[in-house]
Amino acid sequence: MAVAIETAEADVLDLETTSLRDLNQRLHDLAAGAPGPRRFRILNPSGAHALACGLDAELEVEIDGHVGYYCAGMNKLATVRVHGNASTGVAENLMSGQVIVEGNASQSAGATGRGGLLIVMGDASSRCGISMKGIDIVVGGSVGHMSAFMAQTGCLVVCGDAGEALGDSLYEARLYVRGSVASLGADCVEKELREEHLTQLAGLLDAAGIDADPREFRRYGSARELYNFKIDNAGAY
Amino acid sequence: MCGIVGLFAKSPEVEERLGEHLAAMLVQMSSRGPDSAGVAVYRDPVTSGWSKLTLYSADPGESWDAVRDGLRAAFGGCEEPLIRASHAVLVAQADAAAAEAWVRAHRPDLRVMSAGEVIEIYKETGLPEHFAAEFRLEDFQGTHALGHTRMATESRVTTEGSHPFSTGFDLCLVHNGSLSNHNRLRENLRREGIEFQTENDTEVAAGYLAWRLREGATLDDALEGCLTDLDGFYTFAVGTADGFAVLRDPIACKPAVLAETDDWVAMASEWRSIAVLPGAADARAWEPQPEVVYVWEKARV
Repeated sequence: MAVAIETAEADVLDLETTSLRDLNQRLHDLAAGAPGPRRFRILNPSGAHALACGLDAELEVEIDGHVGYYCAGMNKLATVRVHGNASTGVAENLMSGQVIVEGNASQSAGATGRGGLLIVMGDASSRCGISMKGIDIVVGGSVGHMSAFMAQTGCLVVCGDAGEALGDSLYEARLYVRGSVASLGADCVEKELREEHLTQLAGLLDAAGIDADPREFRRYGSARELYNFKIDNAGAY
Repeated sequence: MCGIVGLFAKSPEVEERLGEHLAAMLVQMSSRGPDSAGVAVYRDPVTSGWSKLTLYSADPGESWDAVRDGLRAAFGGCEEPLIRASHAVLVAQADAAAAEAWVRAHRPDLRVMSAGEVIEIYKETGLPEHFAAEFRLEDFQGTHALGHTRMATESRVTTEGSHPFSTGFDLCLVHNGSLSNHNRLRENLRREGIEFQTENDTEVAAGYLAWRLREGATLDDALEGCLTDLDGFYTFAVGTADGFAVLRDPIACKPAVLAETDDWVAMASEWRSIAVLPGAADARAWEPQPEVVYVWEKARV
């Protein structure tokens, strides 16, 4: 049996000649620890849905172009880089690894993510980080309305502005915003930016390769008033 | 779920191949709307004093020559009918209101899909791919076009319930989403004299726009009025004689992407539909903001 030799060259997979299902299957077949190539370059994504999702190995996948819904969703360990824009739900339910979108991301980027790092170099749209559960998200630009809605753990870093109702019904996720916040959602409040937060933020910005001063950010978090139903809060639900 | 596409030509090359591009965009949206498809194409403006009707007949053996003869007898002139599947375009020597009124009075069995000077609307149940072939979309040359693929949620799958909906002369609407206050609004609009042919929610939005425009609102004002008077989810694309406009509701659950090159401006529910256009990889692409009216219009020569 031949032993696969890893090389620095990436295997090229062209979606004009390979079906999406075959392409994803090929990436799935490379389970953690199994022999085989580790670097892939995907050509002509043309907005295809569910591209490079469900990966479970330390793969490096670069995608040349814009991707459709749920790109890199549910991934573990892999690094997926999109040289373009991503549609709805990029890196949704990410478990670990990294997803980098060099352009903009549409709504629900990083939704329900449980771990790993999502980097959006451009803007993210509405509902960025909705119900995040441990993922870290760094956005180089701005995020749209209802971002970090019901966010549970992890960090959302926004280098630009945040849209309306940021952090509505927030649990324990930390939100760092450098620019303006159109409005805070129910139970989301500004909190003190302490040394531990500056350290955490500096680490995330560094991981994302973004040159920004952590001290220019403000921190937002949960006021912890909506955890349990209280009749006094009925108007805020 | 539904699919919307729109294409606005900025170069003669794109105008010449408008229908081919439109068909390719529409077919990409098949998974979003497999039950019906439709297009509004803006092409071949009529000469002054004439108008253009797109008519639909449920009768596959329809005698369009008889309709032509009727229009000729009434107005003096009517060109040969241009038949595409269940639809025919008739160009008559009358203003659009008179020509449309004649059809409604004398041929109530026909549906007026569109009326105006440049617009043609074609729509039918079935897969977008079949629709594109049956209506020979690839033939079309024109300045701009909208298309829709439908997955019905609020009303029946019929030709009449398909999109685009006419909202006035040379105007049309396509919709991705669902409206929740359409029954009450339909009653209110009926009292204002707006007629409805179906129980469809989008037809109410079209009727609302028609009513606001009739009352003197600009297209921008009428669209902004949707933000307060319509309850529900929507990405709208509105076609006008000179271009098209796009509006998303405040929640903006329904997707939309816009892209522009030196040769075209395109909108679609998903990038897949824009990726088929020439030069798409290098296009400037962005997501339209909620509650913002985007308009592209061509100066009329």
